[in-house]
Amino acid sequence: MSQHIKELTKGIFKENPTFIIMLGMCPTLAVTTQVVNAIGMGGGVLFVLLFSNIFISLLKNVIPNSVRIPCYVVVIASFVTILQMVFHAYIPSLYEALGVYLPLIVVNCIILGRAEAFANKNGVLDSALDAIGMGIGFTLALTLIAAIREAFGAGTITLFRIGGWDGVIKVPFFYNWPIRVMTLAAGALLLMGYLKAFFNWNTSRKARKAAKAEEVKA
Amino acid sequence: MRIIAILLTYIFINNFILVKFMGLCPFIGVSKNSESAIGMGLAVSFVAGTASAVCWCVYYGLLVPFGLEYLQTIAFILVIAALVQLVEMVLRKMSPSLYKALGIFLPLITTNCAVLGIAIINIDEAYNLLESFTAGIAAGLGFTMAIILMSNIREKLELKPVRRSFKGVPIAFVSAGLMALAFMAFDNSLLANLHLA
Repeated sequence: MSQHIKELTKGIFKENPTFIIMLGMCPTLAVTTQVVNAIGMGGGVLFVLLFSNIFISLLKNVIPNSVRIPCYVVVIASFVTILQMVFHAYIPSLYEALGVYLPLIVVNCIILGRAEAFANKNGVLDSALDAIGMGIGFTLALTLIAAIREAFGAGTITLFRIGGWDGVIKVPFFYNWPIRVMTLAAGALLLMGYLKAFFNWNTSRKARKAAKAEEVKA
Repeated sequence: MRIIAILLTYIFINNFILVKFMGLCPFIGVSKNSESAIGMGLAVSFVAGTASAVCWCVYYGLLVPFGLEYLQTIAFILVIAALVQLVEMVLRKMSPSLYKALGIFLPLITTNCAVLGIAIINIDEAYNLLESFTAGIAAGLGFTMAIILMSNIREKLELKPVRRSFKGVPIAFVSAGLMALAFMAFDNSLLANLHLA
């Protein structure tokens, strides 16, 4: 049981697809101008990743090895098409906001990467757990980036519209004096650089601590 | 006139990497030295131009007459995958030297957002065949320009003292951010001033 839990949790922190493995960067930076878009994109990727991992894991003995990449792409593209139709029908505002980046989930390296590295070697349950973990890790990373960018760049946190509440939280100070560059392309790249540096520092600090503990024990 | 406007739009104003973030994975991954950056850039330009034209033909020649527009995503990614394979085979037969230079980059291009992105944008913007082809080439050239600039910056950065946690990818992102700041100077007023818009 514990190993199944490990497949689930590794994607969230230890092998976070955005900050540690650095895959699927283009939607990460392009749609994170508003928190609601980031959550929508994360949910979409989670859906496609989950179903493509399950199907590829089921089909792994049927697909000939030499044509496996085109087969994976077709499976992924089918689920992306389903996702596009669902978004178009039920959440048209999100469909408009994500625009061309919604069909681009097909070429998101995370999904093909997990299919190639995990789903075609492991069973259905492990593949599904791996997909959920990776999807949640991706969603959390996107939400973090979007929250920072929106709070500093526009002074708001836009969430879902519920009933009478329009879903916008105003951030004091930054609402009146926003740092506009954070919502633009340049701010996204700069923020990503600093966040990656922070995660590098964090990993190396942990490694140093572990080494020191080993030394004390010896 | 429209062709020049499209060229300027996709090379400078909507640069695929620095403004639209498409093709960021190879931009960070393959920009360590300038030779491979040039190879990757040329391969992307070539495939993006061809794929734009072929996808346009597939969309208006096959999907629209049969009312199958919803299959756009699946059809385009298959066309691109097949095209990349075809280009690889043709290059290997016709020009072994070019194949040697571009060969290792071609399989990577199937999953490059820039190629699928420009094919979809062409349909969204309702470009005609020639405009689609131009947009594809221009997107590729914009990508090439950005990746060559980036590789030169990174070659210089190798020799500079950089804090340990910033080494490699983080400093590359920060430099790309500064490049993007510079590219903010290009906007639609460029087209207006040149009387192209």
